[in-house]
Amino acid sequence: MAAEHADEALTASGYIGHHLTFMTKPLGGGAFWTLNVDTLITALILGVVTFGFMRWVVAGATAGVPGRRQAFIELAIEFVNNQVKDIFHHDMKFMAPLALTVFVWVLMMNAMDFLPTDIMAWIYEHLLRLEHWRAVPTADVNTTFALSLSVWLLMIFSAIKVKGLGGWLHEIFCAPFGMVGLSINPLKWIAGALLACANVLFNLIEYVSKPLSHSLRLFGNMYAGEIIFLLLGMWAATGFGGILFSIPLWVGWAIFHILIVVLQAYIFMMLTIVYISMAQEGH
Amino acid sequence: MNITFTLIAQAVSFALFIWFTARFVWPPLMKAIDERQKKIADGLAAAEQGHRSLKDAESRIQVIEREARAQAQNILAETDKRAGALIEEAKAQARAEGGRQLAAAKAEIAQEVERAKAALREQVAALAVAGAEHILKREVNAQAHADLLARLKSQL
Repeated sequence: MAAEHADEALTASGYIGHHLTFMTKPLGGGAFWTLNVDTLITALILGVVTFGFMRWVVAGATAGVPGRRQAFIELAIEFVNNQVKDIFHHDMKFMAPLALTVFVWVLMMNAMDFLPTDIMAWIYEHLLRLEHWRAVPTADVNTTFALSLSVWLLMIFSAIKVKGLGGWLHEIFCAPFGMVGLSINPLKWIAGALLACANVLFNLIEYVSKPLSHSLRLFGNMYAGEIIFLLLGMWAATGFGGILFSIPLWVGWAIFHILIVVLQAYIFMMLTIVYISMAQEGH
Repeated sequence: MNITFTLIAQAVSFALFIWFTARFVWPPLMKAIDERQKKIADGLAAAEQGHRSLKDAESRIQVIEREARAQAQNILAETDKRAGALIEEAKAQARAEGGRQLAAAKAEIAQEVERAKAALREQVAALAVAGAEHILKREVNAQAHADLLARLKSQL
């Protein structure tokens, strides 16, 4: 295994390819039936640790003067709660915890990008005996699409819940361009059919583009971040000059990445709130 | 970068974490925060209340002070009045006592004068009788002339 890795590390594409290969586990026939074990395990560990920590703090929460731990968790919760309150004008019982989950989980998964790639790769390979391990779950389209499609389903579900199935279908056919009134004039029927086609098409685009942009924005940012770290690492491997130039760039990118990690988590949360909020409001 | 079963697995984990947060993390902390907010609001209200009652008490104290001062003034004035009255009464009593004593003294003096006059009359009568005895050279029956002498005494 080590010999293989040594061969791979010699070439640029081998180096990048090695870092960008998932640890997969086939579950049966077909390309779909494989599992990215690294993505899933990392995401689960992060979720369990983070939400377990929150639960642990909350279990000892007091209404009196909060301790530092509680104050920290309260800060996060108040932050999310204020965002939700500002945007969302419906029943908040479900929306606020959802937003909190999205924000905290995505933030933690993004934050895995802070781990130095090559040191971690060495640890995975030599200490944990894992040849391939990608530590950033949000740099995997499966994670981002899992999140965005879940939000998408919640969006449709809450739209139907608020407007009723009839109201929702009516909106798909009659919004945003409107609909002609009922009449016996056949010309109006044609106009109505055309309008319905336009409305359905428009709504279709909207319903397709929302989860796509939602998930790909996060994925693209995290994936690009990873790639740039890899490219800088590769440059450092070219010699002394490469090290000299790549180190400040690496530091700069790492600092900038702190912003990206938090910002993308924030954007993902805000879009989640906005999408579900929009779905509940009529056109 | 394929869409694989990982997506479904991640969606399930996402659902589980949402459930966990909505069930075990959000409500207790929100409860604590709401309780604290209520406590703070109550505290502020109590402070406001205390402030108001302090102002109340201050104004009441002012009223009481004013009343007390007025009462003290009244008592002082009354005391003055009563003292004046007492002095006046004492003066009147003293004057009355003086008058009485003067009257008594005058009466005594009059009595003394009367008594002295009576004594003098006796002596004058005796002198007159003695003079008449001398003049008449004979003994006069004092008994027989008592009437005469009494008449003489009263004329004196």
